[in-house]
Amino acid sequence: MAEAWRNCVKMDTCKQKDDMNIVVVGHVDHGKSTVVGRMLADTDSLPEGKLEQVRENCRRNSKPFEYAFLLDALKDEQAQGITIDAARCFFSTEKRNYIIIDAPGHIEFLKNMVTGAARAEAALLVIDANEGVMENSTRHGYLLSMLGIKQVSIVVNKMDLVDYSQDVFEQIVAEYSEFLKKINIEASSFIPVSGMMGDNVAVRDGSTPWYSGNTVLEQLDAFKSEGLPKDMPFRMPVQDIYKFTKNSDDRRIIAGAVASGKLSVSDYVVFYPSGKSSSVKSIQSFNTDIKNSISAGESAGFTLTDQIYITRGELAAVESETQPLVARRLKANIFWLGKRALKNKRNYLLKCGSSKVKCKLESVVRVLNASNLSTSEKNAVERHEVAECIFSLGKPIAFDTASVNPETGRFVLIDEYEIAGGGIITEGLPDEFSGTQEQVMTRNIHWNKSSISRDQRASRYKQKPSLILITGQRNSGKKPLARELEKKLFDNGEMVYFMSMGSLVYGIDADIKNNTDNNREEHIRRVGEVINLMLDTGMILILTAIDLTAYDMELIETIANPPGMLSVWTGGRVTTDITCDMVFRGKNTERQTREIIAGLLEKGIVFGSF
Amino acid sequence: MNHLDKLEARSVHIIREAYSEFGNLCMLWSIGKDSTVLLWLARKAFFGHVPFPLVHIDTSYKIPEMIEYRDKLALEYNLDMVYGQNIKILEKGKTFPNGKCSRIECCQMLKSEALRNTLSGDWVRYRMNHEKGEYEADKNIEPYTGVIVGVRADEEGSRSKERYFSPRDKNNDWDVGDQPPEFWNQYKTDFAPGTHVRIHPLLDWTEVDIWEYIGRENIPTVSLYYDRGEGMRYRSLGCEPCTNPIQSKAKNVDEIIKELKSGKLKNIAERSGREQDKEDGGGLEELRKDGYM
Repeated sequence: MAEAWRNCVKMDTCKQKDDMNIVVVGHVDHGKSTVVGRMLADTDSLPEGKLEQVRENCRRNSKPFEYAFLLDALKDEQAQGITIDAARCFFSTEKRNYIIIDAPGHIEFLKNMVTGAARAEAALLVIDANEGVMENSTRHGYLLSMLGIKQVSIVVNKMDLVDYSQDVFEQIVAEYSEFLKKINIEASSFIPVSGMMGDNVAVRDGSTPWYSGNTVLEQLDAFKSEGLPKDMPFRMPVQDIYKFTKNSDDRRIIAGAVASGKLSVSDYVVFYPSGKSSSVKSIQSFNTDIKNSISAGESAGFTLTDQIYITRGELAAVESETQPLVARRLKANIFWLGKRALKNKRNYLLKCGSSKVKCKLESVVRVLNASNLSTSEKNAVERHEVAECIFSLGKPIAFDTASVNPETGRFVLIDEYEIAGGGIITEGLPDEFSGTQEQVMTRNIHWNKSSISRDQRASRYKQKPSLILITGQRNSGKKPLARELEKKLFDNGEMVYFMSMGSLVYGIDADIKNNTDNNREEHIRRVGEVINLMLDTGMILILTAIDLTAYDMELIETIANPPGMLSVWTGGRVTTDITCDMVFRGKNTERQTREIIAGLLEKGIVFGSF
Repeated sequence: MNHLDKLEARSVHIIREAYSEFGNLCMLWSIGKDSTVLLWLARKAFFGHVPFPLVHIDTSYKIPEMIEYRDKLALEYNLDMVYGQNIKILEKGKTFPNGKCSRIECCQMLKSEALRNTLSGDWVRYRMNHEKGEYEADKNIEPYTGVIVGVRADEEGSRSKERYFSPRDKNNDWDVGDQPPEFWNQYKTDFAPGTHVRIHPLLDWTEVDIWEYIGRENIPTVSLYYDRGEGMRYRSLGCEPCTNPIQSKAKNVDEIIKELKSGKLKNIAERSGREQDKEDGGGLEELRKDGYM
């Protein structure tokens, strides 16, 4: 039935079969290792003499033999360097090669359980018939559903301890089914087994005449291999844009791993959240035949016909298909593994696809007790808890809801430097900038593109197109500083322009110049569009404006999305809620100019000597 | 996608993540088959280019052919080639077997210590000047914050416990018991100042996968891996005094794959020719905790 497991990776036949990763989870001491050990033993999947050796060891130490010891013995042997992986067992049937991942049942190892389970396509969840459904039986079940593992078989173990009672089995089936229903999982099967005695693990032996379903071994082969999501809309998180000039290579390649769908040459691609778009000129690869398309699972690259400026973190989609969502507020179900609780006021990073943005917990909708799915109202999420939360992000990200596309609907949260939690997005929520963001994407989609790229302009002008924002109270020395800075940069060869927000009032803003307070947002929007134009020409723009707030700055950044930016507050004490890179006291414009230029050099906006 | 395609795609994704997220990244190249596959995967990831330095820890006891092969490929692929070594110990001759030190101590000094100080930039790094075709002292002494390494989970116990992105503290120490979780293709790319991250794109590959990929891609490898008529070949490459060939008549990649799959070597560990693994029980795990690859 099965070949010797240790030879498996080395046998010819193995490679032609399907691979499948199976994770075994469940409450501590419910017999995960025993079931796996028994399965290896009963299918002759153990190295020669291993079973006898372990039995002999037990006899000598006068302790009862347990199948779980087999796994421990294998691990010992593995540690000596002959075989595979301490946490993984290789095992194969005629149909497939399996990697059985033995996930720790102890709650302290939940992050290892998550790491192991996330790699699996299907799971065996072991429940002790005698002890019944315990805290980690449900917690692990819930985590499997969040991790996106849809095929779960429930192994009711230790049936020998309850005299193979159908009533006990049915009771567990009823109780656990009800739980699974709440989390939208349908068990592939419930299997009554005794790992100790071997019933229904690999062999059926009549101890449960009332059960006619699969044995554990049969269940493994009954799991379906999940194909790659090739038929879904195309999604590729942009990992990076490569432009390697060595050996006069002039390709500009958009690189990433295709999360779903397919992309072909001449397809029209839109990148989100920017909304920039172009069509595919070529598919790039190294040491392969020429490719005309790429699809889910591939680590790929392509070039575009237009020279558009996009960055890591965007999500590529094909225009004719369903587009992803863009938002900076998210509703999500999360699990928290961090040592410190997840709370308001703390700064986190959220990584979704290739985007990485600042993130704050806005509110906890409810915390779920994973053992009975009862909810409670709290304002923080403790370690090992699962919860429904609302997050607000520093910048908009592109995604799909997890129910639509799991690959692009999940994220991790970073606390300090560590991955501390994971979540699946259930909804994108509106925020005060949604309307503007929408407008910007539409503008970018319809923008008539130049044949000269931003990179080409940047290298011609030897500068990064950037916004230098100088704000502060009236008469705090903004304009003299702006003029001095403009002159200094100009004399040094930079393409630079000084513009005061006041200069727009009698021109661009003439129709709204009265009733300034009510039209403030529209004034900012228009200046944002002007900034966008100026930066698109490759310019460094110095903008002065009175009393800008954090909201104003956000709005400007949303509209113009400056490749480089430096903000300055003049006049000492900051009187709005804005946070600037530099705060100047006094009116020593010469010194302040020097400091700004140092800042520009540091940010890679200008180069050379001043 | 077949098995090798899947492995390749994941490794390329990992290498690209490392390149995007680490400012001062390097790749360790031991000249062996695994890290040469790693080098090839970098060329896959970056469409023929390798946009970071390749660092070789030269114990000076490497089999001469390995160094020739290193420099030949470095020139041919236009690689940013860097090497470091423990000059002090080599000058004093305090090495195994003549310098009255054990194999493990020798490894610690020539490999672990040299690696630590080369990565941190505390010791001189020698960098290939492609115009002159020779090595000169590198002006860059910044510590590398991301280090791509070609270890595989199936090589031996301690390596099977690794993550794809594995943090090392200021002393290069690895905390096996408390590793960050890793799921959904998201990795630990954030790190505290003074620490660095080891990146392991080959974790899921087996020895057979490596050889099948070398065959499929036609990757150049050192001829020491093949029997050249003496009925011997190296299965794993290291320093001359501590590495022994195995009995084998495999003359090319196909014959090596056949030999591995036949089960002839099934009870012989891949690194069985590497003497330092055999010292003091957990020799390699101890070395690894101390920063050995």
